[in-house]
Amino acid sequence: MADGQDRKIDAATGTELKGHEWDGIAELDTPLPRWWLWTFYATILFAVGYVVAYPAIPMLNDYTRGMLGWSSRGALDKELAARAAQIAPIHRAIAATPIIDLPARPHLMQAAVEGGRAAFKVHCVQCHGSGAAGAKGYPNLNDDDWLWGGDLATIEKTIIDGVRNPGHDATRLSIMPAFGRDQLLTAAQVDDVVAHVRTISRQDKPSAASQRGGKLFADNCTVCHGADGKGTRALGAPNLTDGIWLYGGDTDTIRASVWNSRQGVMPRWDDKLDTATIRMLAAYVHSLGGGEATPTADAGNAAE
Amino acid sequence: MDRLVLRTGGWFALAIVAFAAMIGARDSGFAVHMGIVSAVALGLAVHAMRHADYAGFARGLVKMPADEGRYYDDVIRWGVIATVFWGLAGFLAGLYIALQLAFPALNLGLEYTSFGRLRPLHTSAVIFAFGGNALIATSFYVVQRTCRARLFSPALADFVFWGYQLFIVLAATGYLLGVTEGKEYAEPEWYVDLWLTVVWVAYLVVFGGTVIKRSEPHIYVANWFYLAFILTVAMLHIVNNLSMPVSLLGSKSYSAFAGVQDALTQWWYGHNAVGFFLTAGFLAMMYYFVPKQAQRPVYSYRLSIIHFWSLIFLYIWAGPHHLHYTALPDWAQTLGMVFSIMLWMPSWGGMINGLMTLNGAWDKIRTDPIIRMMVMALAFYGMSTFEGPMMSIKAVNSLSHYTDWTIGHVHSGALGWNGLITFACLYYLTPRLWKRERLYSLRLVNWHFWLATLGIVLYAAAMWVAGIMQGLMWREYGADGYLVYAFSEVVRAMWPMYLIRAAGGLLYLSGAIIMAWNIGKTIAGSPLRAETPMHDAPHDAGADKPLRAAQPA
Repeated sequence: MADGQDRKIDAATGTELKGHEWDGIAELDTPLPRWWLWTFYATILFAVGYVVAYPAIPMLNDYTRGMLGWSSRGALDKELAARAAQIAPIHRAIAATPIIDLPARPHLMQAAVEGGRAAFKVHCVQCHGSGAAGAKGYPNLNDDDWLWGGDLATIEKTIIDGVRNPGHDATRLSIMPAFGRDQLLTAAQVDDVVAHVRTISRQDKPSAASQRGGKLFADNCTVCHGADGKGTRALGAPNLTDGIWLYGGDTDTIRASVWNSRQGVMPRWDDKLDTATIRMLAAYVHSLGGGEATPTADAGNAAE
Repeated sequence: MDRLVLRTGGWFALAIVAFAAMIGARDSGFAVHMGIVSAVALGLAVHAMRHADYAGFARGLVKMPADEGRYYDDVIRWGVIATVFWGLAGFLAGLYIALQLAFPALNLGLEYTSFGRLRPLHTSAVIFAFGGNALIATSFYVVQRTCRARLFSPALADFVFWGYQLFIVLAATGYLLGVTEGKEYAEPEWYVDLWLTVVWVAYLVVFGGTVIKRSEPHIYVANWFYLAFILTVAMLHIVNNLSMPVSLLGSKSYSAFAGVQDALTQWWYGHNAVGFFLTAGFLAMMYYFVPKQAQRPVYSYRLSIIHFWSLIFLYIWAGPHHLHYTALPDWAQTLGMVFSIMLWMPSWGGMINGLMTLNGAWDKIRTDPIIRMMVMALAFYGMSTFEGPMMSIKAVNSLSHYTDWTIGHVHSGALGWNGLITFACLYYLTPRLWKRERLYSLRLVNWHFWLATLGIVLYAAAMWVAGIMQGLMWREYGADGYLVYAFSEVVRAMWPMYLIRAAGGLLYLSGAIIMAWNIGKTIAGSPLRAETPMHDAPHDAGADKPLRAAQPA
């Protein structure tokens, strides 16, 4: 602090020195910069104003709500309500229109596809990928190969009830036996079946093993996969001849599939999403490239 | 001699107790930690026996006062070395985790090298190991010089330094082993917290004791800041780490707080770790080393008083701004925000006082690379202490929170302010502590300056762009009322920014490696590097000692 009257002046700045020194460090007696002080006051003023306007001071049982009556929950409710109001008409219309009637109403169909695209990014990309191209064990939704069927209503049902969702009776269910693990076939027999599958998928030429495998296939596999190995959609049994594989078409992967079976799952969505959103998802997935026309009444009954 | 026996016996007893705790440990993390403690204690017992200070015993017999004629600088020399070492370790860990974000394969599929464990290793290594050692070393240096008094209890100061290193090793190994309280910047478990408390109280005793026995009538401003830093960190550390161990032989403990109270306590701690560790403590460094290097008086004594007290008073309330739009009640969020905004000018007071101290010596920015580093540090300090209050505004925060903008903000402060000012102090200290004519090379300081600055610019710019892009993509709704982007699409959009960030980190690390080389050559006493000379502050080694008028402690 200032000790005496004999204050020295700093030559470079013309400012008085405080007259004290620590290890050669002196201090100038510069006043507070005005702009600094006024800006500081301004921030304090802003703070006071903000405290009056917004929830701020805690009391014993409550807190001051502020003159604007703002609350973060209130703001959220308002935003959600605004968005709900924005999408409500189209949502209501889609929920009221059976999915097979959507294509006849192009503006609804288009809105459904756009809404489905957004919902897909939130709920589906984790497994099916952001481009819906799938991954090992998760079907590619862009191609025209469908496990359970690719028309609008069938896709919608798959989304509603899921695949092998435990504890849900209506879920899509098929159980391929674990032929190797459960000793339904011997290791050599499994190899023969694999050779046959490699042959009908046109990856290998027929061989003695595939001949033996063809016999085993006819006894064990045709019930679901069909005599020609083209699968049965009603049972979710994949087509083995089209070169599209859920887990992989190499010998080791096919052997693992036959040995252990796979039984991937997809959750049911009817307990998580509303009717309109599910319908939109179905419309979006249908629009990705592999969507099939709604079958005629006869074919539909046969599939059920 | 009694002391020698007590000391050796004490270390030996501690080694045995820790060994027993290791054998009886409930989990492997605790066993490893007790093993480390046991090994250190055993080493110290052997060291105490072999290096007994027999001359000291003799001095004690004839009641000779301790050597008050010199400053106690041994511990500071160790501190300089430790700061450089931990700095390199921390920067390297940072670069590695930055690359992990761009190339997840670098997680190596091991729990020990996963991002989740290496990230706190990085933050603690740079904040507590690099920054903490810089603070301890410079505070011991500055308090002696500005009090013109030898350090109070050099032995205790040694304990503070080495005890702190043990804390760092326990914390670092704990992260890798998965021993954690799960509180950001306060991850170490209960027994490590207790140890740090002991070390920190000893630190306060050494620092406070030196201030009390000072030969100067007044306490210099740097020491106010150091004292505020030491006291507040003690309070924050103790309160936030209140917890109940599951077993005295196990590492796990549970916090005394739960839910949103725990979150608020944590961010009261976390924000003031920034405020008092990384701001107040480093402002203390600035207040000594900038005027010394510039050879100029401090700009304004009045500003230093006002900005000190306003900073100290306002900082402690600003923590809730880390919890905007969470379960924290609205009123607490409001207070966190308005205190942060009022903090703007008090923070800038330090920048003004630092920069304007160069009044009358501005030309040194051109000629003195250490001054250049200090000025850049203050510029980044000013930038991030403006950015902080701005991000605390709820409307801004709703965009910036949970994005990489926060990471960019932290690093413009940490790399720019804390890093550069620490490097400058290390360059100032090394030749003076090892009695060298000057640094091995001032040109290499200049290289370090440019590498570090370029690194920070790349880092901060990449993270600002990434953060704002992230925030905008997350909230983007299409005209028909649906979200436009999937989270994974936002992650993919970050990728180029993550590469630029890693490049910035690499530059910053390269600068630090040059510094380690430069400081190593200076310590080794190598002949000065042949180069065109640059300006450096003169040093009068003869005057660098306590005032003899001081009463022997």
